[in-house]
Amino acid sequence: MLTLAIDGKNYLLDLVERLGRAGIFLLMGLWRIVTPPYKLQPLIKQIYFIGSRSLLVIVVAGVFVGMVVALQFYDTLVRFGSVSLLGAAVGLSLMRELGPVITGLVIIGRAGSAICAEIGIMRNESQIDALECMAIDPYRYLIAPRLLAALISVPLLTAVFITVGIGGGYFVGVILFEVSPGSYFIGMYDAVLWQDIVMGATKSLVFGLIMIWVATAKGFFLHLDKSGVHGSEGVSKVTTDTVVLSSITMLFADYIVSSLIL
Amino acid sequence: MSEKKLQVLTGIFMVIGLICLSYLAIKLGELNLLGNERYPVIAKFTSASGLRVGAYVEAGGVRVGLVDKIEFDTDDYLAVVTMAIDNTVHIHEDAMASIRTAGIIGDKYVKITPGGLDYLEPGGEITETEPSINLEELISKYVFESGDKKK
Amino acid sequence: MANQATNPAVNIQNLKCHYGDKLALDDINLTVAEREILVIMGHSGSGKSTLFKNVLGLVTPTAGVVEVLGKDISKLKKTELYELRKSIGVAFQNGALFSSLSVRENIELPLREHTRLDDSTIQIMTMMKLAQMNLVGHEDLMPAQLSGGMLKRAGLARAVIMDPKLLFFDEPSAGLDPVTSAELDQLILQLRDALNMSIIIITHELESAFNVADRITILDRGKQILTGTRDEIRASDDKRIVNMLGRKVRDDAIDAEAYLDSLTKGRSK
Repeated sequence: MLTLAIDGKNYLLDLVERLGRAGIFLLMGLWRIVTPPYKLQPLIKQIYFIGSRSLLVIVVAGVFVGMVVALQFYDTLVRFGSVSLLGAAVGLSLMRELGPVITGLVIIGRAGSAICAEIGIMRNESQIDALECMAIDPYRYLIAPRLLAALISVPLLTAVFITVGIGGGYFVGVILFEVSPGSYFIGMYDAVLWQDIVMGATKSLVFGLIMIWVATAKGFFLHLDKSGVHGSEGVSKVTTDTVVLSSITMLFADYIVSSLIL
Repeated sequence: MSEKKLQVLTGIFMVIGLICLSYLAIKLGELNLLGNERYPVIAKFTSASGLRVGAYVEAGGVRVGLVDKIEFDTDDYLAVVTMAIDNTVHIHEDAMASIRTAGIIGDKYVKITPGGLDYLEPGGEITETEPSINLEELISKYVFESGDKKK
Repeated sequence: MANQATNPAVNIQNLKCHYGDKLALDDINLTVAEREILVIMGHSGSGKSTLFKNVLGLVTPTAGVVEVLGKDISKLKKTELYELRKSIGVAFQNGALFSSLSVRENIELPLREHTRLDDSTIQIMTMMKLAQMNLVGHEDLMPAQLSGGMLKRAGLARAVIMDPKLLFFDEPSAGLDPVTSAELDQLILQLRDALNMSIIIITHELESAFNVADRITILDRGKQILTGTRDEIRASDDKRIVNMLGRKVRDDAIDAEAYLDSLTKGRSK
């Protein structure tokens, strides 16, 4: 019993320590974003990696999610004779919930894991120590461009996802099930309010921040991992941790943001 | 990869993303950046009961605008309803605005019955109006009357 | 000249350093003069890396003084420390090149980050270092495409691109065959003459150490056993050193013979 209590206390202390470390890490990174010198080239490289390279998978995911949402809502709405609400239902669900969440999950899988592994390997091969030794600030050189690139790319990707999803919904609703195109679009335009756009945008920003924060911090502090697993095994461990932790945190934040705005 | 190609691909992504973002903000969020696509028309009703902001304005069964504001005119004791009508739709001076219900318990909307005179200017007033029919009043009237008959 | 002689590149007095409760370095006293090559030797866990982190200010010592290029490391602010590090070059064991950058971009990086030189100047300076390190023709490869020796040379090129006054080299001969290792030792000696710098080398290879060192320091479990010239080390009758020098050679011989034996026996059966 006593050892259990001590274990619990140590675990809590450890958790608080890691949270504090991650928090300071984020502040250091964000501070470097707002203070000069600003360098465009690393930022472009990261936007290319997080944004451009995710564009295709986001488009494909968006089409199918839009299609399945339209299919499900059509099947439900047709029972109540309210098929004219299809556009509103598709638009609202994509804008408020599915767009930000699924984009976030896809980006965690595609970019978050890769960024964590990349930084983890850099830590492992003492590349980060080498930066320190060359008097190059690793926060400015490695972390800040990735943070900013994620904060720019994820909302844009979410916008692409929603737009493409609306198109997928149009295909199923209007072309397959012959809902009138006018009622699809006008119903959607009238139902989706500015407040819903704000919610979608807030969520995508928050999710982008969570994704990149967890990924970079996990990789950066690879050598401090308490499990003592380092080397390539350590990299694979923190990468898995990143995907699990950022997905869970993201879904938790999803609820918080929704309840704050609603 | 060359620096140029990287920049081009990043640029393409940013442009696509920004186009989607502006589409969502302007079309869905009704962000008015490109000037007004609608113009206001006023109508005064003796009762606007059940009519909400955002309700449809229909002409000939087609949606031509939205209810923008509902205010109360203390002088005339009337409900002043401001409607935002699509720019492509013109409304006659002698048109009639009536508040109707979609289905028996559906939402209230404003129905415009066309007239034949000149078109209204933006901000003009539809003088001929028909108030909303209060369903509860109708029902209670029916219930009480039938109750009276039983007695 | 006299002034310079009294101003060593590195001056360590009574240095102690703890990792948690563990005493990693115990009472280290070291000086590295200008243009001197000091080799720090010891088994893994003897505190070599900790010493090196202390000198770079990556770790804060528990007690003692660490002066590098005339500045007390522990009294420097972060920005001053960064400024000081610009005149220190560090070559890591496996090069620690950035895997996402080509060899050329890796070597150019300190110049691009710390100077406002134009592209052509940076290119010329990089080409000079590439030529010095015998890497011409490989500059557009990625680090993953290089051999172990080339990685070390590229890492060395990056370490000296800013013409530092002090160079650290972590395990120059680790993982290299004897010929490549000897070439690298030769390169280090040339570099010292060309760039006039003090060099601190961390190694556990005896042969390499005796090839390049002006002086050698031997560490064991965080303690400084002996510091002296090559001859002083050879002449030492300290048991641990005799043991270290002797066992090293013998171990290698036995290992090789045993290995050959196992091969031939395997074949004949």
